[in-house]
This record gives sequence, C-alpha cells and structure tokens, in this order.
Amino acid sequence: MYPSRFKYESPKSIDEAIAFLTKGSGEAKILAGGMSLIPMMKLRFASPETLIDISNIPNLNYHLADSDGTFRIGALCTHADLERSSILAQHQPTLAATAPLVADPIVRTRGTFVGSVCHADPQGDWSSAMIALDGSIVAQGPKGRRTIAVRDFVTGPFQNALASDEIAVEAVIPPAKGTRAGGYLKLERRIGDFATVGVAVALELSGASVIRAGIGLTGVGSSTINAIDAAQSLVGSALTSQAIERAADLAAQAAQPRSDHRGSATYKRQVVRTFVARILTEVSSNQVKAA
Amino acid sequence: MTSLYEEVRGDNSEEVPTRVVTVRVNGVSVSAKVEPRLLLAHFIRQGLRLTGTHVGCDSSNCGACTVLLDGQPVKSCSMFAVQADGHEVMTVEGLSSASELHPIQEGFKDEHGLQCGYCTPGMMLTAKALLDENLNPTEDEIRWALSGNLCRCTGYQNIVKAVLWAAEKMRAQAGK
Repeated sequence: MYPSRFKYESPKSIDEAIAFLTKGSGEAKILAGGMSLIPMMKLRFASPETLIDISNIPNLNYHLADSDGTFRIGALCTHADLERSSILAQHQPTLAATAPLVADPIVRTRGTFVGSVCHADPQGDWSSAMIALDGSIVAQGPKGRRTIAVRDFVTGPFQNALASDEIAVEAVIPPAKGTRAGGYLKLERRIGDFATVGVAVALELSGASVIRAGIGLTGVGSSTINAIDAAQSLVGSALTSQAIERAADLAAQAAQPRSDHRGSATYKRQVVRTFVARILTEVSSNQVKAA
Repeated sequence: MTSLYEEVRGDNSEEVPTRVVTVRVNGVSVSAKVEPRLLLAHFIRQGLRLTGTHVGCDSSNCGACTVLLDGQPVKSCSMFAVQADGHEVMTVEGLSSASELHPIQEGFKDEHGLQCGYCTPGMMLTAKALLDENLNPTEDEIRWALSGNLCRCTGYQNIVKAVLWAAEKMRAQAGK
C-alpha cells in the first residue's frame, strides 16, 4: 500500500517547522515517530500535502522532572524511552504502568508520547493517563507558546485543539502535592491490538487520605473519557472498600462503550468497574504494607 | 545512484517530488533518489534487491518486515525511506558472514524455529536487538521482546527455544 504523494520537509529547528506549517496552510502534518500517521496515510484516511519530519530537530528527545516536580516529556521522546526510564519508575506510577502496554515493543521504539496524545485516538493509552494526571500539551506557533490541558486538548476522535500552524513541543504533568500512586490496566485481545478497555488511575495521597484523584478511560467512548465524578468521589477520604466500590461504579457509569467484535457494551462497562477497583485495591494494599 | 520510482511512470500530471537519501545498509553506504512516499521496506526489497525482508500485513501489525535501524527494531512497512536518511539499517542479509551463520540463525536451524519461514527474518532481527542488550534473557523476556512479531504457523515454542539457544552460544563466544 502506498500513501498519496506528498512533499517531505525535514526542518532543523522548531521555528523552521512552524514556518513549513504556516506555508502548508492546513494541509501539512507533523511527522514524529509516524506509528499512527503512516498506517493512516497508507490506508488513505490521511493525505497531507506536506509531511514535516521533526526527527532531526535537536533537543526534543527528553523526559525530566524540574526541581519543583513538574514532569516534562519532549516531542521526540519515544514509548520505549519511557518504558526504560528510572525517573518514571520512581516518580510516575501511572505513566510507568502505561508505557509497557502501549502497542508492541517494535512500535514503541519509534512511536512518541506526544505524537500519540496528538493523534487523539479514543483507544490511545497515553491520553487516558494524561487526563488522570491532569497533564497538558505545550503548543508552539508563530505567536509563541500556549499550554492546553489534555482534557481540552482532545476535542474528539482523532481531533485535537492545535491550530494548523501550531506544533506540540512538549507534554507537561504538574507537580504532586501528595505521594503519587495509581496504575494503568488494559484489556487487549493480543499484544499490539487496540484496547478493548483501558483504565488509568492517578492518585495523590497524604497519609491514608486521597487528596487528588484522576481517572481516564480508554476505548469506551468516541474519545478518551474523563471519569470526573468517580475521581472526585475518592477525594477527602481513605481508600476503604466502600470508597473503592463507589468509584468503580461511577467510572462504569461514565463509560460510553459500544458493542463490537471486541465485546458487548455491558461487558466493557463491567471491565471498567473491575479495573478501577483492581487498581485502587492494589494502592490500598500497598498502603497497608507500607504502614 | 539508483533511481527508485514506483507507480510513477506515465503519470506526468504533476511534478514528482524526490529526495536523495544515503543509508548505510548492512555496512555498505547506499545513495538513491527516492519519492518521499517510498516505504523503507520497498526501498530495501525493490531498490536494493534485498528480498530477505518480508512484507506481511503491510499495516504495522505483524512484524515480518522488521529491520534494525541504528540497532533498534523497526517495522519497515511503516516507515519511509527518507526517514532512514543518514541512519544505519541492518536486514537479515547482514546477520551472517560469507562463510558463517549468525548464532541466532544457527539457533533457528537447530531448534526448528521456523516452519514456513515468512516471519523468520523479522523474528531474528528482533531477537538480535534483544540479545545485543541482554545476553542472558529469561524465557519471559524473550516472549515479551518478540510480542510484536507474529508467526501464523504459531511456532512460538521453538522460536523461543531458538533464541535461548543463540543466547547460550553467544554467551559462550563472549566468554560469559
């Protein structure tokens, strides 16, 4: 399969990339790892006139924590980089649990975190984790930079809030006020398949008490779902079995799954409930162990 | 310089964009003028006539087209040749020397790690990337590393055995 013909540019700086985007007037696309875009171009779901390959722009492949705890992921940081990251393993339990479940190992060596969030596939894993963590995307355009919360950034299936002359340069996760806990669970028919259901939970704890919670749902709606009521129900109390059950029920209610070859809507809703409860129960039992 | 045009002849309605790429393939530097939409898999197979790289699903699912780009496994059906410009590619043809099989190839032979053989080049290259990083992988780590490569003959047991065999031989060679 061949994609339709396109012009190829490989800028050496972000400014140059933005200039190509401006020149492309809406018909140019940014190419990073290409693990979503290239298959879509081969199927001719996407036919950009110009591809702007940002892989030769220096200093975009990073992930680091600022001194205040803000976590930043550069536009060229791959899933594999994150999977192997000791910073992630130590400080970002939700992201660390997500990284090894994205696509398959070969795709993870090329695909990028920021690209995956921009692709805004309702079955993309990272958007759920970012929503749970209240993360943002930093967009840069001719007029400078702006920060867009991922809950506003993902505007629909395969749609994001970037203007046609803006490039997503970085993902940002705000610092935690408490101790981070959480996880990501995904049901897939085989490795590399799209998620039948994915659940991301990000908590901040102070002692036994939850002081912040976020829950993102993958694959159970026309776009990533922010299960805000379920998350809010956890804040201010300990992770008792009643609290866990209530949050799991509320998350299942927030899901909008459709019956398809991967499972019935009822089944998927039940998996959401189970996964939320499973992650929260594990956090709670780790608390008991630590105490 | 080889000129690579696919589906272009007879189509003069628009100017065809091209780009010169230089890629080091199995240790040899190759330059070619290509259309940006030329996939790396086709550059390797049709341009360089290295047909050991197989195209299976053509949609980034099966891993048959896996090659190593700067030592890391990539699906060459889901990458453009222009993206490999300035990089190093290893295909299955680069595994063996003129006289000797690579231990991974020997392992696949000895442990019957292939049936139809279609997935084998991709399997072996992914295994190479794993063994380059970890000469003593567990069976679990091998299965995990190969989880992006599908075998429709479902010969996974022997594929895993073949990689374990190769790891042992490579450890012995390295004196570890």
